[in-house]
Amino acid sequence: MAYHSIVCVKQVPDTARITGEAMRADGTLNRAALPAIFNPEDLHALEAALALRDAHGGIVTALTMGPLGATEVLRQCLYRGADRAILLNDRRAAGSDTLATSYILSQAARKIGSYDFVFCGRQAIDGDTAQVGPQLAEKLGIAQVTYFERLVELTDRTVRMRRNVGNGWEVIETTVPLLVTVLDTANEPRPASARRLMTYKRARTEAEVAQQVGADLKGADEDAREAELADRLEPLRMNKLVIDQWGLDDVDADLQWCGIAGSPTKVHRVQSIVLTKDGYVEIPPTAEGVKKLIQELIVDHTFG
Amino acid sequence: MIEPNRKGEVWVFAEQEDEHISDMSLEICGKARELADRLEVPMAAVLPGWNVRELSYRLIAHGADRVYHLHDTRLEHYRTLPYARVMCRLIAKHEPQIVLFGASSIGRDLAPRVASEMKAGLTADCTDLEIGDYLDKKTKTTHQNLLLQIRPAFGGNIIATIINYDRWPQMATVREGVMRMGSGDPARSGQIVDEHIEFAEFDEAIKLIERHREKRKVNLKAARTIVAGGAGVGSRDNFRLIHDLAGAIGGAVGASRAAIDGGFIGKEHQVGQTGTTVRPALYIACGISGAVQHRAGMEESAKIIAINWDKDAPILSVAHYGIVGDVSKVIPMMIKAIKERA
Repeated sequence: MAYHSIVCVKQVPDTARITGEAMRADGTLNRAALPAIFNPEDLHALEAALALRDAHGGIVTALTMGPLGATEVLRQCLYRGADRAILLNDRRAAGSDTLATSYILSQAARKIGSYDFVFCGRQAIDGDTAQVGPQLAEKLGIAQVTYFERLVELTDRTVRMRRNVGNGWEVIETTVPLLVTVLDTANEPRPASARRLMTYKRARTEAEVAQQVGADLKGADEDAREAELADRLEPLRMNKLVIDQWGLDDVDADLQWCGIAGSPTKVHRVQSIVLTKDGYVEIPPTAEGVKKLIQELIVDHTFG
Repeated sequence: MIEPNRKGEVWVFAEQEDEHISDMSLEICGKARELADRLEVPMAAVLPGWNVRELSYRLIAHGADRVYHLHDTRLEHYRTLPYARVMCRLIAKHEPQIVLFGASSIGRDLAPRVASEMKAGLTADCTDLEIGDYLDKKTKTTHQNLLLQIRPAFGGNIIATIINYDRWPQMATVREGVMRMGSGDPARSGQIVDEHIEFAEFDEAIKLIERHREKRKVNLKAARTIVAGGAGVGSRDNFRLIHDLAGAIGGAVGASRAAIDGGFIGKEHQVGQTGTTVRPALYIACGISGAVQHRAGMEESAKIIAINWDKDAPILSVAHYGIVGDVSKVIPMMIKAIKERA
C-alpha cells in the first residue's frame, strides 16, 4: 500500500541569533532583522515523511502558511524530495494564533484531499507552543501521535509507532489517517539532493514571478506586465515548476475562524527581557575573598 | 467555547501516573488557589484515572475546594482521546472560567486538543499568571479580572502577556518548577465529586502496546543548592571540579546547554528553557556566560553566585555575587574555604 503524507512546515526567525539590533526601543521584535530559517523540527517531520515514502511508496506534499518569502522553505522541501509543495498565503490570515492557524491548515488539508499521514514538527522555535499539531488533528477529526521517535511497523492501515514522552517511551498502535508530531531526535534529515536542487531552484509561486516582473518592468503598463508574466509562467508550467499558491477562499475558509477574528488569544503586552538586578557584589578571586563570601553565606543561612 | 462566566471556577488538570500525582500539578494548585481567592470563586481539580480516588485528598490539601474524580479502566494510563473527552465534557457541564494544565509532555499533548475542540484560547508554557484588567482601545471596553498569561517567546528574548476576553475558558499550560509548591494542609476540607461520562468509539483509536517509564535520576528541582558548569569549565575532566564543589556543599550538579553540547555531562543536568527550571536557595554558575535561555531557567534562585573570567558575561547581570576569575582556580579555593568552616 502506498501512502500520501502531508508535511506542515514553517519559516521562522532564527531566534538563536537574536541580537540587540533585532529589538526595537519599545521592546517589540523587528523580525526583518533576523535571518529566516526552516523551523528545525519541521525538517525532521519532512524526513519522517520522506523515509516512509521511500520504504512504502506514495507521495509527500509539503504545506506552509506564511508570507510570500516562505516559499523558500517549500523549495527546500522540493530539494530534499517532496513531490508537491503548496503555499497558503493570504493577508487575512495575518495575526492568526494557533487555533486559527490550525483551522486554516485543516481547510488546506481537506482541499488536498485524501491523505494517510499529516506530519508536523513538534514545535516551532519562534513560539515554542507545540499546539498547532494537536489542534490540527482535532480540526481534522483524526487521532494524534505526539513526540514521534520512530516507526515500528506499518502494515496496510495499521501502524505502530514509538513516542518519547520525556520520562520514558511508549509504543502505540493505531490506524491511518493520523497526525504525527516529530522530535528532533527521530531521524537525521537528508541534505538537499544536488540534482533536485538544479531542477527546483527555478520553482516559483505565481506571486513570486509577478513580483519579479514588477521589479524588472518598472513603469511598464499593466498589459505589458501581464504579457511578461504569462511569458515567464509558460515555461515554468511546462516543466512543472510552478508552486501552488492558495488563499483563504481557495480552501473555503470561514473568515470568522481566521486571522485576528478567529484568534481567541490576544497579545496584551510585550516586553524585552529586562534584567532587574542593579548590580552584584564583586568578590575578588583570591583565597581571602572567597573565604569571606563563604562566611557570609553561612551567616545568612544560605548554607545548612 | 463557553461565554465569559464570572462565577466559573478555577480548574487544574491533575496529572497522575502510576497512582502518583505530579509535583507540577500541586505547584499549579497553589497558584490556582491564589487566583480563585482573588476572583472569589472556588478552585477545583479534575482527576481522571483508575483507582486514584485517594489522590483527591492531596489535591484538597494543596488548595482544591472540589475534586472532579473519574474512575474508569480506559483512563488508567494517559491517552489523548479519552482524556480530552473527559475535559471537554466537564468543561461544557461546569463552565469553569480558567483551566490550567502542567506544561509536561502530557499537558502539552492534551491542552491543545481540548482548546481546539472547545474553540477556546490557550497559552503555552506560562511562567506566571495574574488577574488583571484589559482596556480594549478600539472598543473602549474594559474587560475586568482576566487571566493574564505571562510567557517567554522568541527563544526567551521577550516576555509576552496574553489574554483571552471572549472565547472561554481561559486556558494555559504552566511551566514546571516556576510556581512554588506549598507544603499542603492535610486538615483542609473539600468535596470529591464522582463524575461519569460516556466515551465514543473513536476515543479508543489509539492502543497502548508497550509503556516504559524511567525514574528521574537527577532531581534538580528539589535541590536546595545547585552548582552548575558551562563551556567556560573547559573540558569533561575539568567538570570534575563542579562535582567536587557540589559534593562539598551537598548540592546537585547542573549544566548549561553549552556544557552538554560539549559532552561534559548528560542532558538530564541541563538547567534552562529547554532543560529544568530551578529556584534553589543558592545557585553557583561556574563558567556559564548566561545566554537568555539559561538565565530563564535559574534567575529566580534566591542567591546567585557567578564565577566567570569575563566581566561582561550576561550571567553577572542576574548574579548577587560575582567573581571575575578563572573557574579552575576559584573553585578549589571555595572547596577549601567550605571544608575549613565545617
